[in-house]
Amino acid sequence: MEECLAQHAASVDQAPGVGEDAHAGSFTMYTVGLAFALLLTGASFLVSQTNLLWSPGVPAGLAVLAVAQMGVHLVFFLHIGTGPDNANNVLALAFGLLIVTLVVSGSLWIMANLNENMMPTSVIMEMQR
Amino acid sequence: MGAADLAEITTPAAEAYSGRGPSPVRITVAYGFWIFLLSDIIMFSALFAAYAVLSGQTAGGPSGRELFELRHVATETLCLLFSSYSCGLGVLAIERRHMAGFYLGFALTFVLGATFLALEVSEFIGMLGRGAGPSRSAFLSAFFSLVGLHGAHVTAGLLWLTFMMAQNAARGPRDFVRRRLLCFSLFWHALDIIWVALLTLVYLMGAR
Repeated sequence: MEECLAQHAASVDQAPGVGEDAHAGSFTMYTVGLAFALLLTGASFLVSQTNLLWSPGVPAGLAVLAVAQMGVHLVFFLHIGTGPDNANNVLALAFGLLIVTLVVSGSLWIMANLNENMMPTSVIMEMQR
Repeated sequence: MGAADLAEITTPAAEAYSGRGPSPVRITVAYGFWIFLLSDIIMFSALFAAYAVLSGQTAGGPSGRELFELRHVATETLCLLFSSYSCGLGVLAIERRHMAGFYLGFALTFVLGATFLALEVSEFIGMLGRGAGPSRSAFLSAFFSLVGLHGAHVTAGLLWLTFMMAQNAARGPRDFVRRRLLCFSLFWHALDIIWVALLTLVYLMGAR
């Protein structure tokens, strides 16, 4: 029964991790994903270990490569695509990304602000005497 | 299920998705697990934020530049990447009822995951031996909680993988076994995504 439903519902909705046609083409999908991931990882190591990029720009370059590689993993390994059958998965991902952005950028902003406004350590030492 | 019902489902109707009735179990289970994975990633994001804030606070202790060995880290990265690949191929194999391919893929996943874990543990032991334990500085506390949590996830994944191989051997590739294997592969791929962020923020940026 479940098998039957799963076949007929292929046009209805798609589970994350299940390609549009799980029986053909997925091997290519994984292999292409692996090739892209290896390429991007190699590029990250290259950028961080050489002077290929202008050195103040290296963190930005590494961040771009990391985001690209996460995208490759999402599309080729987790099969999160753009089709209408994938809308639920993409919406959940978008909400997760929103929370992650809020947590990370909010923490960095608040801590940088606190750090800025903190009394110099020497003054605190004086006050503790 | 009557023929009329089937026709209704298979017709690519202009009807809204919400009007087509409940999805099959495989889809709802994987969707729920995807939500869990996203919440897990949000938990990691809190530790990433803590690490980003504290990474400069070495309290006179060793910094990342002195501690991290990128050659070591590159091997760990390759192990995890190839284990993700073999895990994906293992799931493909079981969907085709190709048992030998499934066991080969998952055994390879286990070996590569265990190698990753062994390398990480040896790195931690080396750092502890140099007096760079989690209590040395705020930077090291953040480092050990972030990298250690990822390692704990990998450990849990290895246990789950072993259990699933045993379950498949005992019960065969039934629907529920294949659903759990699908969830496991999602978990394993998500760990690889977290490792990409970890590699970039902690190791590549920290070793400069």
